[in-house]
Amino acid sequence: MTVHVEIPTRTRLAMFVRLLAIQGAGNYETLLGNGIGFCVEPALRLLPGGQGGEAYRAALARQSQYFNAHPYMASVAVGALARAELDGEAPARIERFRTALCGPLGSVGDRLVWAAWLPACSVAALAAFGFGVGTGGVLLVFLGIYNAGHLALRAWGLSAGLDHGMRVASALGGPVLRRGPMHLAQAAALIGGIALPLALDQVIGPGRALFGIVLGAVALGGVVLARLHGRAEGWKIGVGLLVLFVLYSVAR
Amino acid sequence: MTDIAQLLPLALLGAVLGLDVVSFPQAMISRPLVAATAAALLLGDPVRGLLVGATLEMFALETLPFGASRYPEWGSAAVVGGSLFTVHDNTSPGALTVAVLAALVSAWLGGWSMVQLRKLNAQLARKRHDAVAAGSKRVVEGLQVFGLTADLVRGGLLTVVMLALFAPLQSYVLSTWGSDPRVSRAVVVGVAASVAAGAVWKVVHAAPGARWLLLGGVGVGLAIVAMR
Repeated sequence: MTVHVEIPTRTRLAMFVRLLAIQGAGNYETLLGNGIGFCVEPALRLLPGGQGGEAYRAALARQSQYFNAHPYMASVAVGALARAELDGEAPARIERFRTALCGPLGSVGDRLVWAAWLPACSVAALAAFGFGVGTGGVLLVFLGIYNAGHLALRAWGLSAGLDHGMRVASALGGPVLRRGPMHLAQAAALIGGIALPLALDQVIGPGRALFGIVLGAVALGGVVLARLHGRAEGWKIGVGLLVLFVLYSVAR
Repeated sequence: MTDIAQLLPLALLGAVLGLDVVSFPQAMISRPLVAATAAALLLGDPVRGLLVGATLEMFALETLPFGASRYPEWGSAAVVGGSLFTVHDNTSPGALTVAVLAALVSAWLGGWSMVQLRKLNAQLARKRHDAVAAGSKRVVEGLQVFGLTADLVRGGLLTVVMLALFAPLQSYVLSTWGSDPRVSRAVVVGVAASVAAGAVWKVVHAAPGARWLLLGGVGVGLAIVAMR
């Protein structure tokens, strides 16, 4: 039997704040599992028998098992799983649904946030730096834009999960999640292209000849690193090159 | 930099920003651009922090923290880099190079320390498995609080250790530095921008038209530089 339980604003708020710490106990065995239990817990207090009751303890145990997803998109799972528990869905069904959520919430979040939103915001901030915007302005561009998206995504995910419960898959088919990463990647390409020469110029300072040499080296280095895709990490190669340069500069 | 009054606030900052990387709240205040500037602000010169932060941000563009992958920890590392660059005056020719190198090494070690913390969390979760399986609120919340606290301590300790190690090393290296100041800066930002260019390409290459957008962007950027 399905009983619709209203979730008070205070409980929603508590779940949202806990979502910010969802990876607090992250590990290589249960991954986000404990975090999901931690975030769902305020809603489970509304189960028959209340906090510490049989239903509460069984649900908390179920929700604290292995789980893997993108940390921001895990908000969808937290909302949907809380709704499923409060709706009195069968435990076996909840467990199957929980397992099924991992893949899509991981891949959608990784593509949208780590591979698109974060790099786009990062190059936008570098462009602001390159244009000579002041310290506060650069930080405002980065933190303001990034967190507007970050917090909105977490809030939307929790709300969509709580509203749709086990039918939340329909919310994941929205245009922002499907086409957003592609448009963000295009924006990152354009802004990144503008940002790099400007940022280079800003750090090096005046002097065209040196700028030209560095630009040529960067183009060559960028192509080599892009071709090494997946086989070497550029920042580690950077450590090696900088160590050599420091040794050379000290030995001179 | 070995002064406790200077170290303590930087350690606290490194702890908070190290925590932001994964555990709480992942608002990206741990990105180098922000973290290095914040460290430099504590030392009274945020503009220098922004310079080293922007250079480190180019390296960090390559980091895509997918799932349980292993990646550098930029929060505490950028505090180390921002602090080291700020304590030296603008005329030190190798200051940016050494600060960036110290931050990169710290990020490497920080990434390793995050892996160790995750192993420790797993060990504790295994020990408490029966209590979790019994639905104990106290244990579920306790594991979370332990992980958060340990991560906070990890970031703080890493910052202190790396600053204590690199501050004297930096003084020695800068006192014997033989390269031209502008060439020194050009080398470090050239390496950083190469990493950033490769990273941007890696991220965008699958999007339709990205190649032309990137080239067009570079053209616009160069035109603006030429007009300066």
